[in-house]
Amino acid sequence: MTKQLTWLHKNLFSNWYNSLLTVISLVLLLWVAYGAIIWATTQAQWAVVQANLHLFLVGRYPQSQYWRIWFVLAIIAILGTITATTFFGKQKLAIAKFIAPWLSLAWLLSFPVILWLIGGGFGLSSVPSTLWNGLLLTLLMAAVSIVLSFPIGVLLALGRTSNLPVVRWFSILYIEIVRGVPLIGILFLAQVMLPLFLFADVRLDRVVRAIAGLVLFSAAYMAENVRGGLQAVSRGQVEAAKALGLNTPLVVIFIVLPQALRAVIPAIVGQFIGLFKDTSLLSLVGLVELTGIARSILAQPQFIGRYAEVYLFIGLIYWIFCYSMSLASQRLEKQLSQ
Amino acid sequence: MSEQIPIIIAEDVHKWYGKFHVLQGVSLTVYRGEVVVLMGPSGSGKSTFIRTFNALEEYQRGKINIDGITLSHDLRNIEAIRREVGMVFQQFNLFPHLTVLQNITLAPIWVRRWQKAKAEELAMQLLERVGILAQANKYPGQLSGGQQQRVAIARALAMQPKIMLFDEPTSALDPEMVREVLDVMRNLASEGMTMVVVTHEVGFAREVADRVVLMDSGNLVESATPEKFFTQPQEERTRKFLSQIL
Repeated sequence: MTKQLTWLHKNLFSNWYNSLLTVISLVLLLWVAYGAIIWATTQAQWAVVQANLHLFLVGRYPQSQYWRIWFVLAIIAILGTITATTFFGKQKLAIAKFIAPWLSLAWLLSFPVILWLIGGGFGLSSVPSTLWNGLLLTLLMAAVSIVLSFPIGVLLALGRTSNLPVVRWFSILYIEIVRGVPLIGILFLAQVMLPLFLFADVRLDRVVRAIAGLVLFSAAYMAENVRGGLQAVSRGQVEAAKALGLNTPLVVIFIVLPQALRAVIPAIVGQFIGLFKDTSLLSLVGLVELTGIARSILAQPQFIGRYAEVYLFIGLIYWIFCYSMSLASQRLEKQLSQ
Repeated sequence: MSEQIPIIIAEDVHKWYGKFHVLQGVSLTVYRGEVVVLMGPSGSGKSTFIRTFNALEEYQRGKINIDGITLSHDLRNIEAIRREVGMVFQQFNLFPHLTVLQNITLAPIWVRRWQKAKAEELAMQLLERVGILAQANKYPGQLSGGQQQRVAIARALAMQPKIMLFDEPTSALDPEMVREVLDVMRNLASEGMTMVVVTHEVGFAREVADRVVLMDSGNLVESATPEKFFTQPQEERTRKFLSQIL
């Protein structure tokens, strides 16, 4: 008890103005918390969330096909658990080295399988992409955009630091143009203009166009993050590798990139988190992802005006995923610094 | 050094950093099995000079021939020479994200295309030779400076080079670790390795070198056996340099 008292005294009441600050903050905090709790328990009508939970999660995906979504979740859960236990466990497992390549392959192969499960075809009844809504669409677009924008960003960063003038100027031009345009503009362009560049008989799906816009945008920022890492690798590292006879591609793959990427993990994950939240802008170009479905739920006559409940709920969903990514990145950093 | 077969022939090598004339026509021939120690004040161009041997530095005029291959701008030619020339740096430059063993086997596996098992076997032999077998699975950051530099020597030797270049290998070390590195270099010399060493270690030069060379302001001043170099230097510049360091 005395220990707690000394702690209180030392940290909160060490002198008169600290005590005053503590009391004022405490009162403010209690007042806000009290208001929030009263609102959430008495005034808020959470029925809007309860009644529309399936809409928030998967939108108008046909109910008879929900089992396919469960399959997708099962695949991700199994792969995720294996990955987490081998690489982020209390101690790094000795078998991690042998599993790693197979695990990457499994993740890679799971991708088309998941798309097939969601979209159908080849024996499964097909579900058009206009019916993939809500969180399902948000996660799908974010995952694909992250996976695609990362390698493109790395290539652009390498291009920008390349000795070949054509490659360097192209990379600089691309990065600077994209960074100078707001994302919403690029998303509109992708919806409206991308079809103009393609042959008349090629019809790109709305979702594909949206992902293209996100990837084009995110890759430019990714490139700048990675470039920061490239500059952090000392010249001595490159010289030592060259002196051993390694050619430039080998030096980049084995020496420069591993060190560069490790140095910018926080920035890269920040970029992923931003990209995840940026998918909400797609509701403005007519895609019914999590934010889009929230808007259409708010248009239901019986739930008119339930803005606070709906936006708090989807805010919570966004936060859970973003915070998980942030936690994963901290784990990754710790693991790599050992 | 009984046989007199030249393995490094540098003729009239010039280099400019912008307007600064770093190498002002340096010529040096090193014979197979010879240990040449390069000395000189800092900024005299000695590091720059040996770094032209494996094309880490470009030079604008002159000719360098390594073991029969004339250095050109062709990348394949440069890589061929780098395979035969090992280099040890002042700052070790070990790869911090790889273990000691991976540091050593990387180049044999990817440049020499050896099987992993073969490369690891040689790596373990080399680690035993430099006396740090127990550290094979540690990361460079977990080793002392002296141990790191010995790993760096093992890493260069793993490519089975014909020539070893040392660029101030002990300058970044704490005094008590200098000896362990010099011992490894001494053993290497006694096994007949051709070595070009930039160093300020007079003891090493006296004992191990076949020839000591003084460089100053981008010029080669004097080249002599260690005995002659340290006791009866011919050039005034050498005498002045020796009076400063001895």
